[in-house]
Amino acid sequence: MAKTLLDKIWDAHQVAAETAATPAILYIDLHLVHEVTSPQAFAELRSRGLKVRRPERIVATMDHSTPTLPPDANGKRPYLDKATEAQVAALEANTKEFGIELYGWNSSNRGIVHVMGPELGATQPGMTIVCGDSHTSTHGAFGALAFGIGTTEVGHVLATQCLLQRKPKSLAITVNGKLGKGVTAKDLILHIIGRIGMNGGTGQVIEYRGSAIEALTMEERMTVCNMSIEAGAKAGLIAADATTFEFLRGRERVPKGADWDAAVRRWSEFRSDPGAVFDREVVIDAAAIKPSVTYGTNPGMVIALDAPVPKAKDALEQRALDYMKLEAGHQLAGTRVDIVFVGSCTNGRLSDLRATASVLRGHKVADGVRMLVVPGSEQVKREAEKEGLHEVFRAAGAEWREPGCSMCLGMNGDIGKPGQLVVSTSNRNFEGRQGPGVRTVLASPLVAAASAIAGVVADPSRYISEAA
Amino acid sequence: MKSLTHIHSRTAVLPFENIDTDRIIPARFLTTTERTGLGKSLFNDWRYRADGSENPDFALNKAEARGCEILVAGRNFGCGSSREHAPWALTDFGIRAVFSNEIADIFRGNALKNGLLAVVLADADHQYLLEHPGIELNVDIAAQTIALPDGRKIEFPLEPFAKHCLLAGVDQLGFLLQHEAQIAAFEQARAA
Repeated sequence: MAKTLLDKIWDAHQVAAETAATPAILYIDLHLVHEVTSPQAFAELRSRGLKVRRPERIVATMDHSTPTLPPDANGKRPYLDKATEAQVAALEANTKEFGIELYGWNSSNRGIVHVMGPELGATQPGMTIVCGDSHTSTHGAFGALAFGIGTTEVGHVLATQCLLQRKPKSLAITVNGKLGKGVTAKDLILHIIGRIGMNGGTGQVIEYRGSAIEALTMEERMTVCNMSIEAGAKAGLIAADATTFEFLRGRERVPKGADWDAAVRRWSEFRSDPGAVFDREVVIDAAAIKPSVTYGTNPGMVIALDAPVPKAKDALEQRALDYMKLEAGHQLAGTRVDIVFVGSCTNGRLSDLRATASVLRGHKVADGVRMLVVPGSEQVKREAEKEGLHEVFRAAGAEWREPGCSMCLGMNGDIGKPGQLVVSTSNRNFEGRQGPGVRTVLASPLVAAASAIAGVVADPSRYISEAA
Repeated sequence: MKSLTHIHSRTAVLPFENIDTDRIIPARFLTTTERTGLGKSLFNDWRYRADGSENPDFALNKAEARGCEILVAGRNFGCGSSREHAPWALTDFGIRAVFSNEIADIFRGNALKNGLLAVVLADADHQYLLEHPGIELNVDIAAQTIALPDGRKIEFPLEPFAKHCLLAGVDQLGFLLQHEAQIAAFEQARAA
């Protein structure tokens, strides 16, 4: 019978098949670990006298609680408080005690775990990948089944390299045609979430397919898969192809020589068979997608940048409009901006910084607007600086920071003040996500950069044509 | 983990849809390395005013909601992040069951692994509970039923293995550890 990509990955990782009484035992190839969701799991292992079963299958780093300002002259890092510092110290101690390699402060690879895994080539097609972090869905861009888990499950994987799982349903989202000029992968995924809703993917694994998906670069595919969870999906998948293999070739953790050829042959089998049946299918026309932004307090409240704010459908949506201080019928474009944040596991990669710089070059961040540009990893930072992108940001008046999650969730103290409006390239616009009372507009790096210059939510097209 | 077989409590109702994990426990409270003590920060930005005092308008702050062990919430409860701090905050506060007509996948899995009965009800039953806050419910986990004050019984689905673990008060790690030989055999077969 014709199988989906999900079927193939699932079948290849079943230690034991599911029964009526018990879920499947699923083997996990790669476990990403960070400081926020792991300390209680290590404590559980310690209290039971258990070891980490496969330390070589773990990539550990710190990204959430870490300051994005550099250390002072004495090497002291400006942590928000004792708790964030203690959390990072706990990860350092736990990884040492349990024999896990940590990409720590001195590593030239440290970064947001979902940026770092692919950079190392640790993320590979056909794998099962988990992390105590919902944006693990990012790695699905490589044709790997990658999903977020809680801390109890982090403990399960540490101790047994396995998870108990019921198989999710499959949802095919086919995007036909070509994206228009100035329309990015971020606009595409915002449009998709707006279409299927923030719970449209619950209980399902999305496979993105079609010509518009095949045309995306790996960094763009990661942006799309990253936000699968914002539609409630268990995971997002894109079958590996020549674009995937070219991205992975030569990276630190991928096979070399004859082993590489064998790996590519193996990876090439991980795609849905012709005629494979999905539980549900959605078809989207790429040409109809415009630069898009969120206007409410969940990622499903999406509009085209040139569209007016829609009328609230219910009390909940009205509440969201009130929180955002927006009125139905008015344009979101033109709304005053206080902060612009470029970064995160959604849009903190080199291509995102290039796009930001292409708009900012030769312009100034508007008076009264603060702009933070936070690279997704040390490698992104290094490459951006090699190209002189940091000079473009600084010349425009933006702050060029150290790698980390930063303002995406504000755990490290990078937050706004109550009432401020942030145009953010991150993934969640929940009430209070970027600080109590802070209003978030999710957007692409192009829209974010244009808004920084204009001082209001702005269409990037005139800056793009200037740059061209 | 303690065995959970029955819950007898009045309900507290938060009728809003899409109550996300940042609502349940804002990220700035995730810096702890412990599982306990998060109840005081549950729903922090709803529960407290800017000066730190309790917001009297928030449902869980009302006198009749004090001590309630059952939370009835709008559709898509627990959406957002994978933070297990969300169910930890709820259980630390004293909540033992969350009922909605849709619950986000990761939250639901996390809740059930922490002795928090997070289950999805049929739309009509859910609507009834939303419209009748504060009613007394008798939840029988073995029978998968909720008895209403008027004598009616609502049924709810529960994944059999999660149910077994709740009733027996055992966690899933023990079950996985029993399969060590099978896991090792799987690894060997793949390496060959």
